[in-house]
Amino acid sequence: MRNNGDEKVIKENTNIALDNSHITKKGALSICNVTKIYDPEGVHVIALEDCSLDIKAGEFVAVVGPSGCGKTTLLNIIAGFDSLTHGEIYLDNELLAAPGVKPKPGPDRVVVFQHGALFPWKTVLDNVIYGPVIQKKMSRDEAIEIARDKLSRLGLKEIENVYPGQLSSGMQRRVEIVRALINNPLVLLLDEPFRGMDSVTKSASHEALLELYDIFHKTIYFITHDLEEAIFLSDTVVVMTTRPGKIRMTIKVDLPRPRDYRMLSTPRFLELKETAKDAVHEEALKAFQRGERELA
Amino acid sequence: MNIYFVLPLFVILSFIFFIFYRQQKRLAHYSGISTLSQIKKTLTSQRFWLVILGFVLTIGFWYAAVYWLPFDAFHRLPGPDEVVIEWLSRDPYYGISIYTKEYYVHILYSTYRATVSFLLATILGVPFGLLMGWSRRFYEYSFPLVEMIRPIPPLAWVPLSILMLPGVEPAVIFVTFLVAFFVTTLNTLLGVQSIDQAYFRAALCLGASSKEILYDVVIPGSLPYIFTGLQISMGAAWFSLVAGEMIAAQYGLGYLIWQGYSLVKYPTIIIGMVTLGFIGYGSSAVIRYVGKRLMAWREQELGGLGVTYEE
Amino acid sequence: MSKTNISKDNSVANMFVKKEISFGKRLQKKLFNRTNINGTIAILGFFLIWHLLVVLRMPFMKHIPTPVTVLETFINLVTKKVYWVSLWFSTKRVFYGFVAAQVLGIPLGLAMGWSRKFKYLSFPVFEVLRPIPPLAWVPVSILFWPTNELSIAFITFIGAFFTIVLNVLRGVSSIDKELYRSALSLGAKPQHIFRKIILPASIPSIATGMMVGIGITWNVVIAAEMIAGDKGIGRLTWEGYLAGDTPTIIVGMISIGFAGWLSSGIVKIISDRMMPWRKLF
Repeated sequence: MRNNGDEKVIKENTNIALDNSHITKKGALSICNVTKIYDPEGVHVIALEDCSLDIKAGEFVAVVGPSGCGKTTLLNIIAGFDSLTHGEIYLDNELLAAPGVKPKPGPDRVVVFQHGALFPWKTVLDNVIYGPVIQKKMSRDEAIEIARDKLSRLGLKEIENVYPGQLSSGMQRRVEIVRALINNPLVLLLDEPFRGMDSVTKSASHEALLELYDIFHKTIYFITHDLEEAIFLSDTVVVMTTRPGKIRMTIKVDLPRPRDYRMLSTPRFLELKETAKDAVHEEALKAFQRGERELA
Repeated sequence: MNIYFVLPLFVILSFIFFIFYRQQKRLAHYSGISTLSQIKKTLTSQRFWLVILGFVLTIGFWYAAVYWLPFDAFHRLPGPDEVVIEWLSRDPYYGISIYTKEYYVHILYSTYRATVSFLLATILGVPFGLLMGWSRRFYEYSFPLVEMIRPIPPLAWVPLSILMLPGVEPAVIFVTFLVAFFVTTLNTLLGVQSIDQAYFRAALCLGASSKEILYDVVIPGSLPYIFTGLQISMGAAWFSLVAGEMIAAQYGLGYLIWQGYSLVKYPTIIIGMVTLGFIGYGSSAVIRYVGKRLMAWREQELGGLGVTYEE
Repeated sequence: MSKTNISKDNSVANMFVKKEISFGKRLQKKLFNRTNINGTIAILGFFLIWHLLVVLRMPFMKHIPTPVTVLETFINLVTKKVYWVSLWFSTKRVFYGFVAAQVLGIPLGLAMGWSRKFKYLSFPVFEVLRPIPPLAWVPVSILFWPTNELSIAFITFIGAFFTIVLNVLRGVSSIDKELYRSALSLGAKPQHIFRKIILPASIPSIATGMMVGIGITWNVVIAAEMIAGDKGIGRLTWEGYLAGDTPTIIVGMISIGFAGWLSSGIVKIISDRMMPWRKLF
């Protein structure tokens, strides 16, 4: 019930907010020949093998592949949670990751986690202002003002003093995305944020994300294993192979923006889906036959 | 029937009734039932009577065993009436009742010792555990030591601590402290280790330094475990305090119980035991209350309507 | 563009070939990692500081022997019969109390979880008795039981009993309702539900209760022996104190710690055996 109401508010508010003045043309990611091997002298698991991918500034890239194909590994490397064995990653032509470079997470590449990582012990508002306040980019009062503005644009204003544990998963994810965006990151990294949601919540969340993308136009690296979701949301769909993870194909999605759910039945959408379906299915089957255990 | 027997029975009954009444009232708050029907509902619920029956059966068995059953072993124990009469007597036969000053001196001594050791253990144990969870290096150095010393039961420390420390009093407190300390430390460590990796990563992403991670992730995240640990630690503190008092102290409830045995004042033993039970229960209730206050976020998550999960 | 595309050279290609590593080298890696080395340093440091504190006659260490003296006493004591007899007595008491607590505690916990009525009847009484520390039962136990041996075993039993019952009860009440329903829809009868669902599903919590319980029983046995016992390793330690023989006290402590650690290990193995579906490391 609560959700429905919120979606309407979003619709009304975002139409006003579509001035593209704050769109940044920064945040281009170059991933060059990235290889990641876990425990090279022991078990020797090749998680990623020679992946190269160029993501333009403001591009929405969705990465699809079966469980354990290395899409999260790549995200962790970009985010700075993990090192890589070979290759480089550049963010706006600056070296971000390479062998021997100490991985360092930072507010220019914010991650939204699979199961959500809003701090359960902080209220929604305190969660949202956490980034700018501890980076000392803003005073607490300034941050609260901006956070209130952003939250109210998404129809989340009423819940600012509520603890995350009381929110639906859809709302939690939206708050988490706001928490990421308030840092004005160059890249937004989304690790299967809508996994395990029921289809109604999921499609509402899709629309919320698309609205946000249309407003802020950040570079987005979006992990999913739902092909339909990937095509519906993104500009580019990257299909990865099962372990060792390689990039099998990239598909440019030329559906117009802003998008809505009616596009799910257009011929172009189905055509794109058809193109990728076989590849995704084949990889999934390979992983299935190998008995790959679903890793969270 | 003696007045001393009826009075406590009445107290127990009204206590149980009160607990039920409060539960019903909380429920009624959400469903809008009048006070009278709450009372009626309590009095007609099967659960209420089963609880009372449980107590009546236990005390009845105790009475019957001591006075009627043909087992010598039971005859050596004091009966419930004897204990209650002694406990409530203005002029107790064996010297300890709720009207004597000595009773409260013993209680105060034990409570004082338990509180001091518990607070010391908390003040030292929580930071120690947090540090172990927060710093990998510190963990590597300290964990093997903790694991080496921990299997030695607290009571085995009694003789050594009497020798090491000046006097019996610090020794008893030290032993009590030691148990509580290990429990608190290890639970705090467990708490830190139980925090989802995603929270650390999220904090790093948002630009937190390791000091901020300590304040904003490690401490609040491990709070639930810390409080579980504190409750266990309180129980453990009483456990070893009683033993310590029996072995080596003067004054205190453990001492009272042991003295009751050696001076053949058997009802005093039971009075001491029951008092210990009450105080032990009360002290862990206090910790639970503080924990609830500190973890409002958790309360909302678990309870929703403020109705907490019944342990 | 400051990008430098590294071409795939031989060294990269080599990385994809799994290297064969000899067993000896792997063992070496496993033994001599940072964690183990730091742990060893810490323990050696502990003994060194202990030794220095005693040798330098620091405060509080007046009656404490050096680790070397303790080791000598240890070697001396293990060759004596009284040491092993003491250990045997304590172990026996722990064993009896522990087993009795399992035998009575598990069914009681299961029954409380199985029948709501029984829980209402017995749980409040149980909760009233639980906060009484086990050692407070010592005098009553001595009065009640005819022999010293039985009264110590009884106190040990009390120590483990409450933990076990509480753990089993928690285990049973946390069983997923869907398990019952799926069993019922597969045609199970109530008696099957007890045997095939409640019993196996509460095994993990029984195991937890056992792990906690064995720790408590050693604690209780030592205290009970000091207060009321003859024989037993706790008594040996206490006699060391009475005789002013500090090395014996420390040897006693170490032996108790070791025995407790060993029995925890045994209980752990047993509980792992009970749960083959749980892969533990």
